[in-house]
Amino acid sequence: MTITLNHYLLLAGMLFCIGLYGALAKQNAISILMGIELMLNACVINLVAFNRFMAPNHLVGHAFGLFVIALAAAEVAVGLALVLTVYRDLLSVNIQDFDWLKW
Amino acid sequence: MSVSAIVFWIIAAVILGSAISVVTAHNLVHAAFFMVLTFFGVSGLYVLLEADFLAVVQILIYVGAVAVLIVFGVMLTQRKEMAQTNAFSRHKWVAAFLVILLQILFGYAVTHTPWLVVDEAAPDTTVGLLGEMMLTELVIPFEAVGILLLVAVVGAIILTKGARRIL
Amino acid sequence: MIHFAVQNSWLIPLMPAIAFAIIVFFLRRTPQASAFFSISCISVSFLLSLGVVAGVLMDPAAVESSVTWFSMPGLTVEMGTLIDPISGMMVFVVSLIALLVQIYSVGYMENDPGYSIYFAYQSLFAMSMLGLVIANNFVQMFVFWELVGLCSYLLIGFWFYKISAREAAKKAFVTNRVGDYGFLLGILFLQIIFGTLNFTDLAQIIPTYANVGLLTVIALLVFTGPIGKSGQFPLHVWLPDAMEGPTPVSALIHAATMVVAGVYLIARAFFLFAAVPTALQVIAYVGGFTALFAATIAITQNDIKRILAYSTLSQLGYMVMALGVGGLTASMFHLMTHAFFKALLFLGAGSVIHALQGKQDIWEMGGLARKMPITTKTFIIGSLALAGIFPLAGFWSKDEILLAAQSNGFTGLYLIGSLVAFLTAFYMFRLVFVAFYGQAKPNNDPHESPAVMTTPLIILGLLSVVGGLVGMPWLSTNFGSYVYFGEAHHGYSLMIMVTSTVIALMGIYLAYLMYYKKTISASAIANRFKAIYTLLYNKYYIDEIYQWGINHIVDGAGRVAYWIDLHVVDGVVNGLAKGTRQSGTILRYLQTGQTQHYGMVLVAAVVVIILLLGLLDPSLGISAWGGGN
Repeated sequence: MTITLNHYLLLAGMLFCIGLYGALAKQNAISILMGIELMLNACVINLVAFNRFMAPNHLVGHAFGLFVIALAAAEVAVGLALVLTVYRDLLSVNIQDFDWLKW
Repeated sequence: MSVSAIVFWIIAAVILGSAISVVTAHNLVHAAFFMVLTFFGVSGLYVLLEADFLAVVQILIYVGAVAVLIVFGVMLTQRKEMAQTNAFSRHKWVAAFLVILLQILFGYAVTHTPWLVVDEAAPDTTVGLLGEMMLTELVIPFEAVGILLLVAVVGAIILTKGARRIL
Repeated sequence: MIHFAVQNSWLIPLMPAIAFAIIVFFLRRTPQASAFFSISCISVSFLLSLGVVAGVLMDPAAVESSVTWFSMPGLTVEMGTLIDPISGMMVFVVSLIALLVQIYSVGYMENDPGYSIYFAYQSLFAMSMLGLVIANNFVQMFVFWELVGLCSYLLIGFWFYKISAREAAKKAFVTNRVGDYGFLLGILFLQIIFGTLNFTDLAQIIPTYANVGLLTVIALLVFTGPIGKSGQFPLHVWLPDAMEGPTPVSALIHAATMVVAGVYLIARAFFLFAAVPTALQVIAYVGGFTALFAATIAITQNDIKRILAYSTLSQLGYMVMALGVGGLTASMFHLMTHAFFKALLFLGAGSVIHALQGKQDIWEMGGLARKMPITTKTFIIGSLALAGIFPLAGFWSKDEILLAAQSNGFTGLYLIGSLVAFLTAFYMFRLVFVAFYGQAKPNNDPHESPAVMTTPLIILGLLSVVGGLVGMPWLSTNFGSYVYFGEAHHGYSLMIMVTSTVIALMGIYLAYLMYYKKTISASAIANRFKAIYTLLYNKYYIDEIYQWGINHIVDGAGRVAYWIDLHVVDGVVNGLAKGTRQSGTILRYLQTGQTQHYGMVLVAAVVVIILLLGLLDPSLGISAWGGGN
């Protein structure tokens, strides 16, 4: 049995869903950030897998994978800065306490 | 079953197991370490996909930077007992239902799509090709990402220190 | 010159219009210049109208010229002139009376602070009436008709600092609106059904539709315009109150403009009324009733101008009645002669009021005959003419009306007309004997008016004497040879002439006995028939009835409408606002502020969209997602 594109795509899909579940179902803002990191990783896996199986000699997928990694780094930096700022005001990282924008 | 297939299954098991642990672990620091393990697994997948440069970057940035940042975040916010720091929120069942539904749709879509797969060998090393591409074909996105990183850095500093104290 | 006048009759209303504009914009501060300019312009109009009359006498065929005002599919409105014997006569009468009234006003309005603007209004009034008279279609007529109404409002309320003048102006305007509304509806019906409003075109189309029910409705709707404008019962109430304006204005309104517009409209649109005998009968009886009704009120009034006002109402009823019985010639003839002697009477009354510093009650006058000889003589000439004494103007025209009523089978109206002739002679000579030959009042110091006021009186006096001769039935070519509808006919009845003269003389003699000789006591009669006297003195309580109707019916409807507005209309609007606010109050709880709620809604939406697009719609099968086959 050889490993095909479908294997990679299904693996990436599962990883994405686990990350999404983390982002939707956790209380702690930092674990939500971690869930988002997992989702981004799943995306990069998809990009690289498509590149490998559909156009191995044109590395666009790799290049965009790099961009996504750079974005993820920026995202986590800004996200953590936000969490720290809110934490200074609320002394909490519970996302359910962050409800200033309600009615 | 070929060697690469065996390696794929092992790596897949590692990724999925550690990812599930990231979500389910009670201790936030443990979750962060499971996340590092997931990153390593993903890096292994890149090796399997013959993306050597990306595998290295994955370890450098995710393990070396992102994970460290997150651990710093945990350190700066959690002052109490670390157990039970990674609790679920009220709506975990609704979220689980939605996510499983989405996963079923993904599976259906992936397996029912006739992908245009070509049987070609990948280049031996990707670094040179990538570097060339970044400075020719993709130079504008490349520069844009550079600016984005700069803005993110400045933004992060302003957010944490407060705009008045800086300007 | 004559040809020029007939071809360019549009210049006739243009001259006073120019006067109006020039006075309003440039001559406001120079009263003498405004009067001079206004009179000059109306003189030019008068000269042109003389040319028109001469042209019509040479060739009675109608001359029509018009330009298109605006045009759209299904509706073409033109501005034009229609010169035929009827409009030629009217142009002559209107411009003549307007000219004489303006000359007279120079003396009467002296030292009035609104001198300039008074002449501007006078010019506008003359312009409106002249434009109405030469109109060749209903729209143009309606425009000028409304302008006439506006001018009457401005002039009746000229002394607007008097509350009664303000109220009278409003009353005139509002009452006229009632009639104008029906008139406008009639015009719209004509446009919708016949597609044209041109008099000449309509005159050819309408006779083929004679006796159609809808045409009767249209004719009666058009007739509501004259009811309002010419003060026919039941919309007559504004005319006596219109006496609040300066007296020359009353003369203008009553003799030449405004009120005769309604009669003229019926004559102009006679092709419409002639096609529906039912409408004609209604017109005849409304006219006859108004004539009698107003004459009975006039015998009890004490205000000199009000007596004349009710007299005008009565005479207008005569003219309308004459039209109703089919006597267009008689009606127009009476309109012309009435213009002469009614203008004379009003200007004479103005002369008296001027001499007595504003007193209008005839019982406060007396002994004027010796102090004001010219006014007295001309006033008596006017009264005799109005009473219909041979050979003055009123005699010929009144006889024609009575003849028309009798020969066309309206015996009842003939009897009413004769009774009105008796009442007319009586109330006019009651006025003459009390005001001019009564006991002189010590605190009055009357003096004859200046020449600028007496000259118009003398001219009108002459016209009142000779003006009727153009309609003498013994002439082979007289008034009726030009102004007629259908076929011209000459006829006379010596019996009617004699009886009407005798009736009028009886009226005069009764007034002589009661108010000069005092052999019959007027107050005794008044006491004997106290109920009737009170009823007449209070003008049949028509104003009070209207007031009651307004207080109870109109105000009641207003209160109902107010309630509906407050609770239904506002209720809908406020209910909408309240509903919006309350649904917002409920819906805002969807904004929980919980980021994860939003995220879950987003994911759920993605799932639903995928299901809808990918699974439920087979044409967008999931196989299509792969990027090609």
